[in-house]
Amino acid sequence: MHTKIAVAGEGGQGVQSIGEILAEAANRSGLETTYMPNFGVEQRGGVSIAFVQISDRPIGSPKFKRADVLVVLSPRSVERTRGYVTPGTTVIYDSSSIEAPKIDDMTIGIQSWETLAPEGFADMAGNRPGKGIKGEEVRRDSNVRTVGIPAARIAKEELQPRVFNILILGAILAITKVVTVEAAREAMEHMFREKFAQRPELRDDNFAALERGLSLVETEQAGAGR
Amino acid sequence: MENKTSGSATSESKTGFTTRTVVTPNEAMPKVWRRETKPHRFCPGCGHPIILKALAQAVEELDIQGRTVFGCDIGCSLLAWDFFNLDSIQTHHGRTTPVIAGLKRARPDLIGVAYMGDGGGYAIGSQHLLNAAMRNDRVTVILCNNTVYAMTGGQMAPTTLPTQKTETTPYGRDPAMTGEPTLGPELMAAIGRKGAYAARGTVANYRQLVKFTKKALENQLADRGFSFLEVLSTCPTNWRTTPRQTWDFVEDDMTRVYKVGEFLKPEDEK
Amino acid sequence: MARIVDDDQRMFMTGNEVLAWAALAAGAEIMYGYPITPQNEIMHYWTRLAPRFERGFLQTEDELSAGFTTLGGVMAGKRAFSATSGPGDILMQEPICMAEMMRIPAVWIIQQRGAPSTATVIYGQQETRLACFGGNGEGHRVVYSTSSHQELFDYLIKAFNTAWSYRFPTILLGDGYQGKMREAVTLYNPEDHGVKLVPTEPFVGRPGVPGVDRAPAHYRNTFNIEEEIYEIVHAREEEFEALTPQIVEFESGYLDEAEMILIGHGIVSRAIKEAVKLLQNKGVKVGYFRPVTLRPFPVEELRKAVEKVPAVMVFESALGQLLSMVKEAVGGLPVKIEAFLRPGVGICTDEAAEQVQEYLRKSSMVH
Ligand SMILES: Cc1ncc(C[n+]2csc(CCOP(=O)(O)OP(=O)(O)O)c2C)c(N)n1
Ligand code: SF4
Ligand SMILES: [Mg+2]
Repeated sequence: MHTKIAVAGEGGQGVQSIGEILAEAANRSGLETTYMPNFGVEQRGGVSIAFVQISDRPIGSPKFKRADVLVVLSPRSVERTRGYVTPGTTVIYDSSSIEAPKIDDMTIGIQSWETLAPEGFADMAGNRPGKGIKGEEVRRDSNVRTVGIPAARIAKEELQPRVFNILILGAILAITKVVTVEAAREAMEHMFREKFAQRPELRDDNFAALERGLSLVETEQAGAGR
Repeated sequence: MENKTSGSATSESKTGFTTRTVVTPNEAMPKVWRRETKPHRFCPGCGHPIILKALAQAVEELDIQGRTVFGCDIGCSLLAWDFFNLDSIQTHHGRTTPVIAGLKRARPDLIGVAYMGDGGGYAIGSQHLLNAAMRNDRVTVILCNNTVYAMTGGQMAPTTLPTQKTETTPYGRDPAMTGEPTLGPELMAAIGRKGAYAARGTVANYRQLVKFTKKALENQLADRGFSFLEVLSTCPTNWRTTPRQTWDFVEDDMTRVYKVGEFLKPEDEK
Repeated sequence: MARIVDDDQRMFMTGNEVLAWAALAAGAEIMYGYPITPQNEIMHYWTRLAPRFERGFLQTEDELSAGFTTLGGVMAGKRAFSATSGPGDILMQEPICMAEMMRIPAVWIIQQRGAPSTATVIYGQQETRLACFGGNGEGHRVVYSTSSHQELFDYLIKAFNTAWSYRFPTILLGDGYQGKMREAVTLYNPEDHGVKLVPTEPFVGRPGVPGVDRAPAHYRNTFNIEEEIYEIVHAREEEFEALTPQIVEFESGYLDEAEMILIGHGIVSRAIKEAVKLLQNKGVKVGYFRPVTLRPFPVEELRKAVEKVPAVMVFESALGQLLSMVKEAVGGLPVKIEAFLRPGVGICTDEAAEQVQEYLRKSSMVH
């Protein structure tokens, strides 16, 4: 078993947190895992990508050319990550027509190696109607399985906009099946212990989003399923 | 890129920040600003673009767009490498002063502006600043004091305030260990030669900032001496401050340590 | 030295965090540094940990100063170190040269980024030559090129011991990927693993009045005549060569019957090792060779490995820096040298395997 997962989106969508939680959960499950954030020159266009590999044997290079699972969360990231798609790749995308926050590449490109995007960016993730990702764009590559989930819309309408990325994480867990929900929960308990202690409702919101993400994929798979 | 060409967007409307950050609707944009690279790349609430706006206005009012060369450092100032309709050189960290000083020696008809951060100017580039001042090089140095190394993620700078927490002073800056904040214009005033100019402005007083910037350029135009302008600025990203806290920090905390005003004028006896 | 963990402890963290812990474990007493990406977090973690373990830290005005204050610290008899990258690495070469000349056992961590100049803050292997031969010297320094978080930990401890055992400046050469990546690592107290910390001693400030109780210590790096420096450099070289068998390290695999040997250092060696396993599974006969020490370079070992091999392929995220070392090492042997050079860009497992297959396919068509 060796699963290569790339998660791509705009700075502020919480892409890197998805990667970190996933890797932490895999590590806690006793698996070999690497997590690599990616910003900067290669990403002229402000797209932030998290590279995660999970395996039962030692992992080679921390980056990879082709993904088993590719997650795209903004129109720009669809374009930016086309090269990672190969026959057999599963592409998960956000199918709600909601505008992703957009930050100029240089600002985030250079600084977010160190610096978080200002609060204002994260708060507006998935708040405004917009073009969103076109399903046909994602499906353009043949031999690719696509799973569209209206994550931003559900996060906004049923949950909290800020748990958007955790909902996505739930979907990734359901598709990859390499780490369990319990492991993901445990990882989040560990990583956010201070935040959860200060504001326990955050735990409930995040765990609810995780479950919702899981079930979304299950319904999608039971339904049309491409 | 979509957001680079829409010149009328403001940083406020994109992010929900509502207080006084720079507003750049198309009409208000100085001519010296390059429209194609706006909106700019600084974070919302950043002071850098205010300093650059004052510079643009001063260049425009002095009508020297045709012969001004803009140099910027490594640090967030580098985000201005294509900011103006001015020939521009982005140099190494701390080395903008000597690059512009060298240029000026070779082409005295050009107006050289060296723009840098407080780390670039007061730490790694301090020897250059000192020696350019000692030589009375006919250049204009503008230095952004935001109390941190912003681009690298908020480490201590020579200007970090006592007790201020940064990534390398996680328990607060302790002057007993790391010294007191560097007072640049005061230092320049002490070592500056006859004809030199040294001042400290702030992004919280834009009109005064334009005035100081103009004086710092005029001094070079008149071939009188070295010109130095420090500007108190903001970095909400690394300070992790809300808009209100950001302005309180500049207007109260910073000005308690850093006095705004002119410290050396070309006409002063030396 | 205080124990840093109760017991061996498996952690999941970034490489820069690992290095801060490793420096603690190695008994480092003081760090001198200047911010630069991608090594900043070494300082960030160190400034948080150091007071708890009674270690020191000084943020200097630049890398020249960070390097020379490190030398001061070492000459005071402390296990001192610094960390830098890219343009900072360039400035650090001046103090490293002085350390070479004066045999000052200082330790440097270099997390390579894109080059030349300020370039990118991300990743590269373009400081390989600088790390090995930077400055106006002959490369009398030890350079360890690591490839995993466990190695970051193990080799930083070893770097301090090597420096203080042999009195050559020692560099741990990593890169931005290693600094920023998260993976598992086991932190341990060196003594639990039978690793003894080599004791330090001061160069200056020993007990007694100089000239009265003891001879004064006089250190210099300046000499008067050509012949003097000629003698010194030769003596230095002989000593370095004599120590080489003790210091040199490499890793290799699947060398028997290999049609091609893949060569790479640092994080790139992970990709080539995996590529070799992938190809071996397909029945393609290939092996790998990875120098762990770049100074001294495992010349004899590499020559032995490639003696009977028709071709090697050098992989690096630079434009021929390792390649030239390999060429020099295997000079005179009938092996064909191919290269896959990617300055400033990472090399992936699949990509490495594809390059090799493509080459073998072409060369079999020629036969
Ligand atoms: C020789 C060298 N050392 C270190 C760095 C890393 N570096 C890049 S920007 C920066 C600090 C910038 O701080 P400052 O000059 O205050 O500018 P700001 O970003 O705060 O505007 C540093 C240390 C570098 N690029 N080159
Ligand atoms: S990090 Fe600070 S100084 Fe740099 S652009 Fe953002 S707010 Fe401005
Ligand atoms: Mg600064």
